[in-house]
Amino acid sequence: MSTNGIAVSLTGVTKAYGSGSSRVQALRGVNLEVHLGELLMLVGPSGCGKTTLISVVAAILDHDDGEIKVFDRVLKSMSQVEKTRFRGTHLGFVFQAYNLIPTLTVAENVAIPLLILGTRRARALKRAGDILEAVGLGDKLGVLPAALSGGQQQRVAIARALVNDPRLIVCDEPTSALDAETGRLVMDVLRRSALSEERALIIVTHDNRIFSFADRIARMDDGRIILVEPQVATS
Amino acid sequence: MYRIALKMLVGDRGKYLGLVMGLTFAALLITQQSSIFTGLMTRTYSFINDLSQPDIWVMDPKVQFIDDVKPLQDTQLLRVRGVTGVEWAVPLYKGLLKARLEDGNFQIVNVLGLDDSTLVGGPPVMLRGKLADLRTQDSIIVNDVGAATRLAKKPAQPGGRPIPLDVGDVLEINDRRAVVVGICRVSRTFQSQPVIYTTYNRATTFAPRERKLLSFVLVKAADGVDPGKLAQRISDNTGLAAYTARQFKDLTFDFYMKNTGIPINFGIAVMLGFLIGTAIAGQTFYNFTLENLRYFGTLKAMGTTNGVLLRMIVLQALLVGIQGFGLGIGGAALFGYLMRGTQLAFRLVPEILLLAGGAILLIVVFSALISIRKVMKLEPAIVFKM
Repeated sequence: MSTNGIAVSLTGVTKAYGSGSSRVQALRGVNLEVHLGELLMLVGPSGCGKTTLISVVAAILDHDDGEIKVFDRVLKSMSQVEKTRFRGTHLGFVFQAYNLIPTLTVAENVAIPLLILGTRRARALKRAGDILEAVGLGDKLGVLPAALSGGQQQRVAIARALVNDPRLIVCDEPTSALDAETGRLVMDVLRRSALSEERALIIVTHDNRIFSFADRIARMDDGRIILVEPQVATS
Repeated sequence: MYRIALKMLVGDRGKYLGLVMGLTFAALLITQQSSIFTGLMTRTYSFINDLSQPDIWVMDPKVQFIDDVKPLQDTQLLRVRGVTGVEWAVPLYKGLLKARLEDGNFQIVNVLGLDDSTLVGGPPVMLRGKLADLRTQDSIIVNDVGAATRLAKKPAQPGGRPIPLDVGDVLEINDRRAVVVGICRVSRTFQSQPVIYTTYNRATTFAPRERKLLSFVLVKAADGVDPGKLAQRISDNTGLAAYTARQFKDLTFDFYMKNTGIPINFGIAVMLGFLIGTAIAGQTFYNFTLENLRYFGTLKAMGTTNGVLLRMIVLQALLVGIQGFGLGIGGAALFGYLMRGTQLAFRLVPEILLLAGGAILLIVVFSALISIRKVMKLEPAIVFKM
């Protein structure tokens, strides 16, 4: 549990892919803090290391050097099994392509994080229903994802990310597959439902239409954070 | 999570049905071909099975299987009777002879000549008449399948059904009159000729004139005498070959296994079923896993351990395996049932179910393993790139 209001802190974090002549340095000593109650956007050109950065923060990719603390837990000191459990209890994910399992109903998709934690099915589905109600999809519990629009699917994904009450939510391009209006609606849901004083959000995006939803924006280039600025007006 | 695994599998109807059908086909082919093989091989020694009374079969040492008759001199019967531990010993004639039918055609028949006094070795089931009727003049008993098919009389009208041979009908065997006094049921034999029972002495009159006509000596061991040891003693004392019924069956079975193309033909069919099943199921299951890799990655990112994912995949593989196995053996059993009245040799025994079950298990384990390997090595970070 964080006692200083900092959800995530990165100090001198590096990550490289490959070796020898094919080695690519994705992160070159990243220093960053994400605070509780904050929505931080990571922006930058393609290939600058945004996705790698949220992957190492979310403990789904090991970093090479430096230190990452998530809620005061040092990721480097955790085993893979501990990281897996840590993700299940502390993290929520929203993906660009939603990643909803097409053969499960909306409610079942949302219930997955709870089922992973061992919650009974009936209870997990009840909780999923409540969350779906909160994101405005209370009437879609039994339908399959394919029957929903892109914006609705992303709201289901948001509900799934929230259902186990995680303290950190990482989102990868949550609006890039949506039109401007739907994107704003999704961000509104995300900000309204997901953000609280006990939770932090990190959103990787290219979509400058949603910059206005951020508390701070971290700009990356060539594996480094080059600028962290408070919310800027959308262009 | 296991319910999710099942819904992931069943929800993809095309792949799910493809998997089940592939495994069904493999189980069907393996079970059906193995059952036909077993049926055929059982027919090679069905005559030994039908003769349940004797413990020991005595014959020329050069005999290799039941139909490989190398006649003995009649005096050999007396030598066998003289061996200590023999309760009784009776002669048996077995030979292929030509029967002339009512319409003038000839048909090869399998004639069995039973001991005149005891009639030991008679058919296991009498459908019409009695075994004792063989004691009447020129009498023979014909098996029902032979009577209804190869020995049947001409139809009453052209294009009609042949009329089965019946009690009272007359044949000629080697120019000698033979009157049907009974119809019996015997196990089908490998050669599938009609089977005709008569007495030993009458059979030797049907048979072409030869110096030796005794095919086998059938022996019953006295109470408390081990048939195996007695067979050895008969062999030592007479110089003839003496086998227990089990040994004679094995000898016959081994001969067909070593000297005919039956095992390799059926072995190839069974192997083909296994390989096709493996290829279809393995490939389909692997494709199913590949297409779901994004979701497995998502589950992994959300905190699912490798152990749970492994069990999910094993469960999926087992489900299609059990369904494919059930449908396959059900199909094979139905096939056997529908063909029960035909000449097809089909014998589905529990060992074949075990064989088919083992083969299907191997296929699903192989299919699951290649998929599990892929999922275990999956980096959860891949979900951000998909």
